[in-house]
Amino acid sequence: MGKAKLKEHRINRDWCKGCGICVELCPKKVLELDAEEKAVAVRPEDCIACKLCEIRCPDLAIEIITEPDEK
Amino acid sequence: MPIKDYIRERFFPHMWCPGCGHGTVLNSLLRAVEQLGMSKNEIVVVSGIGCSARISGYVDFHTLHTLHGRALAFATGVKLSKPELNVIVPMGDGDALAIGGNHFIHAARRNIAMTAIVMNNKIYGMTGGQFSPLTGVGGMATTAPYASIDRSFDVVELAKAAGATYVARSTAFHAQECTQMIHDAILHDGFSVVEIMTQCPTHYGRKNKKGGPAEMIKEFKDITTPIGSKAKQENPGLIERGVFVEKDLPEYCAEYDKIIERAQGGA
Repeated sequence: MGKAKLKEHRINRDWCKGCGICVELCPKKVLELDAEEKAVAVRPEDCIACKLCEIRCPDLAIEIITEPDEK
Repeated sequence: MPIKDYIRERFFPHMWCPGCGHGTVLNSLLRAVEQLGMSKNEIVVVSGIGCSARISGYVDFHTLHTLHGRALAFATGVKLSKPELNVIVPMGDGDALAIGGNHFIHAARRNIAMTAIVMNNKIYGMTGGQFSPLTGVGGMATTAPYASIDRSFDVVELAKAAGATYVARSTAFHAQECTQMIHDAILHDGFSVVEIMTQCPTHYGRKNKKGGPAEMIKEFKDITTPIGSKAKQENPGLIERGVFVEKDLPEYCAEYDKIIERAQGGA
């Protein structure tokens, strides 16, 4: 099984309440809160697809879509 | 996301406050069910009253939203009439150990195959931040403005003493560990208790100056340690995480079936 590669951060803006848990716990500091206090992936290129944000999001608002690495 | 298949999306976004740890427990519960590959029809979620109890409205299994503290009593009825179903009872600390304290110890004593998830946020969140039996000495609450003097229950010790045959503790920070424990607890043939420490930023956090949701969830990493770790010996104040009890003892429904058989045979 190849290493998972990030395809997309799918963030449900209607469900996100801007608690900031994902922003704080992301090991690569990929996420930030925008002006409307919703999580956005500002540095998606740094994402290692560990999914720590997805499994801890209290609002079930984050989904990390990955594709299997070709290598 | 496959876990979305297990929720009632029409009720989302849910009613929990921003950063509430109960949402992470719901997240972990759904992942555990997904890993088990169970169908929605095999699971019954029975809850009482409180923030934690609202979980039963959000999951798309068989659900019962019952009386304060009495979820385990209703769940016992469900399990005895349909022992083939997997019964999960999410409860808050007050719901499980104050109002429902007696149901809790007796369900553990009987060893009836159910999974009790105790979401311990140390406070009554829904009703306005009153102290619960888990607040502990020195904890602040709206009904303890000069700090609580009540000693707190230890959920794990209580469950062990009452006879539960699977007892584990984790926190909202350790979401993967929670998923594994809920997974194992559902499979366990006996009464299982999983205590999950969760953050209540709105009431407990504000009253006890714990900071925001992110600070509170990160604190769980600092105040807990795996069972038997070296850190615990050096700092006895740390709270241990892990599986404390896992043993096989006669299960209540199976024993009850034997009684029925004996009674019918003797007629």
